[in-house]
Amino acid sequence: MSLDTVKNAEQTPDAGQPWAELGLKADEYARIREILGRRPTGAELAMYSVMWSEHCSYKSSKVHLKQFGEKAPQSDAMLVGIGENAGVVDVGQGYAVTFKVESHNHPSYIEPYQGAATGIGGIVRDILAMGARPVAVMDPLRFGAADHPDTRRVLPGIVAGIGGYGNCLGLPNIGGEVVFDSCYQGNPLVNALCVGVMKHEDIHLAQASGAGNKVILYGARTGGDGIGGVSVLASETFDATGPAKRPAVQVGDPFQEKLLIECTLEVFREKLVLGIQDLGGAGLSCATSELASAGSGGMRIDLDLVPLRDATLSPEEILMSESQERMCAIVEPGKVERFLEICEKWDVIATVIGEVTEGERLEIFWHGEQVVDVPPRTVAHDGPVYQRPYARPSWQDALQADAPTAERLARPGTGEELKQTLLKVAGSPNQASKAWITDQYDRFVIGNTVLATPEDSGMVRIDEETNLGVSVATDGNGRYAKLDPYAGAQLALAEAYRNVAASGAKPLAVSDCLNFGSPEDPDVMWQFAEATRGLADACLVLGTPVTGGNVSLYNQTGEVAIHPTPVVAVLGVIDDVTRRTPIGFADEGHHLYLLGDTADELGGSAWSQVVHDHLGGLPPKVDLERERLLAEILIAASRDGMIDAAHDLSDGGLAQALVESCLRGGLGARVIVPAELDPFVFLFSESAGRAVVAVPRSEELRFTDMCGARGLPATRIGVVDGDALEVQGQFTVSLAELTEAHTGVIEALLG
Amino acid sequence: MTTRVGVVTFPGSLDDRDAQRAVRLAGAEPVALWHRDKDLHQVDAVVLPGGFSYGDYLRAGAISRFSPVMATIIEQARLGMPVLGICNGFQVLTESHLLPGAMLRNNHLHFICRDQKLRVENATTAWTSDYQVGQEISVPLKNMDGRYTADPRTIEELEAEGRVVFRYVDVNPNGSINDIAGITNAAGNVVGLMPHPEHAVEPLVGTGRTDGLPFFTSVLKQLVSS
Repeated sequence: MSLDTVKNAEQTPDAGQPWAELGLKADEYARIREILGRRPTGAELAMYSVMWSEHCSYKSSKVHLKQFGEKAPQSDAMLVGIGENAGVVDVGQGYAVTFKVESHNHPSYIEPYQGAATGIGGIVRDILAMGARPVAVMDPLRFGAADHPDTRRVLPGIVAGIGGYGNCLGLPNIGGEVVFDSCYQGNPLVNALCVGVMKHEDIHLAQASGAGNKVILYGARTGGDGIGGVSVLASETFDATGPAKRPAVQVGDPFQEKLLIECTLEVFREKLVLGIQDLGGAGLSCATSELASAGSGGMRIDLDLVPLRDATLSPEEILMSESQERMCAIVEPGKVERFLEICEKWDVIATVIGEVTEGERLEIFWHGEQVVDVPPRTVAHDGPVYQRPYARPSWQDALQADAPTAERLARPGTGEELKQTLLKVAGSPNQASKAWITDQYDRFVIGNTVLATPEDSGMVRIDEETNLGVSVATDGNGRYAKLDPYAGAQLALAEAYRNVAASGAKPLAVSDCLNFGSPEDPDVMWQFAEATRGLADACLVLGTPVTGGNVSLYNQTGEVAIHPTPVVAVLGVIDDVTRRTPIGFADEGHHLYLLGDTADELGGSAWSQVVHDHLGGLPPKVDLERERLLAEILIAASRDGMIDAAHDLSDGGLAQALVESCLRGGLGARVIVPAELDPFVFLFSESAGRAVVAVPRSEELRFTDMCGARGLPATRIGVVDGDALEVQGQFTVSLAELTEAHTGVIEALLG
Repeated sequence: MTTRVGVVTFPGSLDDRDAQRAVRLAGAEPVALWHRDKDLHQVDAVVLPGGFSYGDYLRAGAISRFSPVMATIIEQARLGMPVLGICNGFQVLTESHLLPGAMLRNNHLHFICRDQKLRVENATTAWTSDYQVGQEISVPLKNMDGRYTADPRTIEELEAEGRVVFRYVDVNPNGSINDIAGITNAAGNVVGLMPHPEHAVEPLVGTGRTDGLPFFTSVLKQLVSS
């Protein structure tokens, strides 16, 4: 097949093109013709098709996502907002922190190991591209039923992929989530988060400016892997003579990525880089069009200079390839030599493939012939925007009416029944210890990990002299969001916010990964609209702006969508990490206080799932002002040494929190049910805005005075003591029994 | 004069900065050594840190063993310079034949990261004199290929000569023969172990214990007194 040059495209306006196979709609193809004033070349069509895909263009979600900007709270902490590779937040002492959570759901189902591995690789490069040294990762994961045979295929592969890639990169994995629910059976969710640290002056942006500056592609060679990963598989009709259909899943090389990190940090240190972009989804199409678009617009690329793993690749394939471990930098001509020297030092291949030009066109050549001539903004930013129809699902009312009342679902009545319920919930796959999974990740490397799983948040020290640190927690509850997506998104934020505060850090900013079904289904689109509205409203109240994130749609098999699953990451700062609050009860005699109000709220609860396999009613009520007050109390108590342990209450309620804190600290507790509460509600309700804290007796007065003065309900519910958890008048369960129930569950099912 | 302890960075080394921090906390001066540079820059001792040098794609430590810096380290180690290999560094030492035996994939075939209890079996090496024989310590363990193995004669020799320096206690995390976690050469200047003492040098981070610090103070004392 002959090369489809710009000249050829002008001369053959009626040549048939595989736009439909590339995932474009008829009107989108027409629009490309209109923008260019001719038919696109094969290479141009390849670029538009990947960049205008749902994954890259956010065409279905854009109209809803703009609320995160419109309703953004005033925050002095924001240094770089939505739109860059990742948002950047000021954490004081001249430091800036960047963090982002992304999805790699679809590839991880097809090829669990590589899908999950390259998910880590991609998010790490996003953070690196901001100028930051990556310092930690986290993985919020969701799988089908724990006892389903396919979960045995998917979970071990995904966990091994995350470990295999992340461990080899030298980044501690400090937290995340593992959730099982049959709604994720055909659509596991593999989200990955990375945190990076830099000084304010080191922030780098993705832009190409200054005519004559060089475009350097460095890192791995480009291969045929991951072609069309963001849109569709390249089909035979696209180029019948080229390589056959290849897997759309990329293959990762963490060793190459480690070299890329060190090499990139060194070129940053020597101030050799004007603009930088990582190559992720849509590969070179994305990097060149975004860099050019964010700069003055002009860029010339000689595609035949790109180092290849497979010499038979066509220009279209090179532009679409999602080969991993590649970056693209804009460098002044005088600094190119030094840049290449540093790459050579790290054994990283680097090639000047083009330069920034006057003018406003992105021009790409193949052996001297022009194959692309486009205004880069039309590729990178002017993609289609859809107003997808949405409507409250017809079944929503019935679902909400099916509340788990005492009349409908039998509740434990006797002490023995309460004890058995506690053991059953604590030993269910969602509430059981995840150590078998997290022990496959390195949480110690870099030597700055202050808190890691199973603590409420992951915390790393970022300055060894001053002990400044950051804390991150990710949370999401698809069951709550299914019952009420608006409240569900707010509850996800509230929980992550509470987790960060419980460990002693002040929440500053949010990143979100919005996992939903097909946007073409009005029910799903309504869930998405409600969740984004809920999250934006809540961020405004809590003063934590959304700094960036990712949308993953089409998580559904046939007609059945996953639960709407907004996963929210909250980043916080702590001035002195030695003041952090762990979850473990480690000191006998400390008094336990329950902070917040407990109501009969069991809709979407762990108890309703584990004991009755039930989902209905309404999720717990959201009170954001209360969340904020609770956080302020937890942070002040940590700073002033008034509490020695704190654990947020979420799924499984107080019962689950007590189990985790006792086992973590190795001590039991004696607990009294407050007179006004039913023992079952006291133990298993999932009312939001609550935490349990351990207060040394010497600090008790000061602590309760503070809660009283600020109007936060604080109820003394017991004392840390012995080697059993005793709920007085109800039951006693030894730590040995708790350990037996809570640990070994995941490996028994999946090991 | 401050004691200078070199820490080698191979492509894919991960715990090099951690090892440098441990050296500093022990009171010595950490010196970064680069795999391509034969020059040891007047260091008095060397740490080969953990990581995945060259991605461990061939066999852990197999490529690093041929780096220019290793040629000098092998030569100096034979002349008595204290050398400590941690995890991937231990693998490099066995590949270099400075220590006998080899590491296989963990018997459960998973990467494992845990707080591991060890018993000190030999407190006379350059790196363990600040411990007591029989002392139990806890340090992080994290590896994929940590199962120590050797032919029966070598194992017999190591045991007979007291060259098993550390043994796993409570749990053998990888199936190592005789619960072996670390060994030394006949002269006692070269020590290799799979667990990571450099991650247990501060009360705040890692496991919250400082059980690993005596490695680095031991070598300091030995160098000052020699």
